[in-house]
Amino acid sequence: MSKRLLLIEDEPNIIEAISFILSRDGWQVTSHVSGRDAVDRIRREAPDVVILDVMLPGKSGYDVLQEIRNDDALSGLPVLMLTARGQDKDRELALRAGADRFMTKPFSNTEVLEAVRAMVPAA
Amino acid sequence: MARDTLTGSRIRERRIIAGLKQAELARAADISASYLNLIEHNRRRIGGKLLVEIARLLDVEPALLTEGAGATLVQSLREAASSGEAGAGEAELDRVDEFAGRFPGWAGLLAAKERRVGTLERAVETLSDRLTHDPQLAASLHEMLSRVTAIRSAASILAEPGEISPEWQGRFHRNIYEDSGLLAETSRALVAYLEAGDEPKSQQATAPQEELDAILGGEGYAFPSLEAGEETPEALAARLSKGASEAAAGLLTAHLARAAADIAALPAEALATARDALGPDPVALAARLGQPIGRVMRRLAAMPEAEGARPGLVICDASGVLTARQPIADFPLPRFGAGCPLWPLYAALNRPGVPLTARLEQPGRPPRTVRAFAVAEPAESPRLDRPPLYEAVMLVLPDGPEEDREAAAPQPVGVNCRICPRRDCPGRREPTILAAERDTGF
Repeated sequence: MSKRLLLIEDEPNIIEAISFILSRDGWQVTSHVSGRDAVDRIRREAPDVVILDVMLPGKSGYDVLQEIRNDDALSGLPVLMLTARGQDKDRELALRAGADRFMTKPFSNTEVLEAVRAMVPAA
Repeated sequence: MARDTLTGSRIRERRIIAGLKQAELARAADISASYLNLIEHNRRRIGGKLLVEIARLLDVEPALLTEGAGATLVQSLREAASSGEAGAGEAELDRVDEFAGRFPGWAGLLAAKERRVGTLERAVETLSDRLTHDPQLAASLHEMLSRVTAIRSAASILAEPGEISPEWQGRFHRNIYEDSGLLAETSRALVAYLEAGDEPKSQQATAPQEELDAILGGEGYAFPSLEAGEETPEALAARLSKGASEAAAGLLTAHLARAAADIAALPAEALATARDALGPDPVALAARLGQPIGRVMRRLAAMPEAEGARPGLVICDASGVLTARQPIADFPLPRFGAGCPLWPLYAALNRPGVPLTARLEQPGRPPRTVRAFAVAEPAESPRLDRPPLYEAVMLVLPDGPEEDREAAAPQPVGVNCRICPRRDCPGRREPTILAAERDTGF
């Protein structure tokens, strides 16, 4: 059975591209465009991995991640964070907030694919 | 040593540069070598025809011998020496005049470089402040990177080997077309924004508070038509906020309504009379005029007088957010974000109702000192069983003459952490982008 991935990102064309490459790799991909109710969606779908953008409408990716890590049922969920800022302090902020991986836009499809595979092997 | 007593030294330096022996120059000038020796050791004054003749023989302007290098040049060299990098060795300050005289080309170059460094440092301060706190810039860059990411992903999918259905191909082609159009639009808007340096400040502003600051700055922080009762705050706000956002117009209306209430309670003439008698101390003026200190500060900062003579004013709410920024030359203020936590403005919030004063020193070359007064007063009417919200006001006055200053050293403060060189400051929130000062005062 294929692994499930929830992509939380508000840019529809990025959603479409990432969904395409991950689906082709055997992942079952769903997406969500807002930070406000993102954690509810995660609870409902129980994905195997989450890709989370930092700049989201409603609530920032950092806040969403904090909620995930504070929730006993979700605290171990692998999360790959996407950001448009690549400074060391942003990387530190993401990793300190509990991100398993951190990726700076503009990333390549291969980078995303390899990162996701590394987080949840044997998709 | 007084400047004119150095004329002899300069003649000696110039003679050596010209490769002339003392006796040769003396002979050419028709004086004895021993007399020239006395002149060169500054033991005989020289002027008139003899000075002109010696200058001609040395192929320099007489003024270069009497005045040395320009005072501005020497001052620039002194500034360069005082800002030298730690570990680079001490400059021989006592020989600065000799250096400028003997090597005018090198000295001029060094002074020009020092001025250039100062200009660049100021530009860096401005740009860093903008990059860190400018929400429009951050949003534009995020938008551009998101578009680039989408284009890159879609293009790689199309370029990769392997079958892609015509439907998906069409979709990604369309996405690239759309994203590239949006990218072009965002890039154009960003370039226009970054090139807006020559436009009025109000047109560059992005946040309502920033728009308000720009409008108030454009008016010189004074409103003669309100002072004269010729215009209502609402009418004036409507006139000044044309082209501004609705939120900024609302802030401006509130600001002008408060200014009008201040004017009604404390007319310019009454304040000017009291200020002439007591000086600009807002605490003494408040006691004399029976007005809250904060109001006196606001009125002093908005008095209808020459703009250059107007004091600075900073106001923050109970959370410390700056709600008014009126800078003066010796006390620049950050365009965005918080100020320096060492300002008395913030100390006043800890002691509501207690006026504070201090001499403050901003880093710079030379450091700039000012006199500041601060007080925190309730920002709302008293309510039962609820502590009032406070607002702190700080008035910034040019420092008084030296004889009026107390012996204690001024309190070192900054503009904000990012552009402050005082690295070991206890109030530091974030690293500075500037080179450290040699002596930070802490």
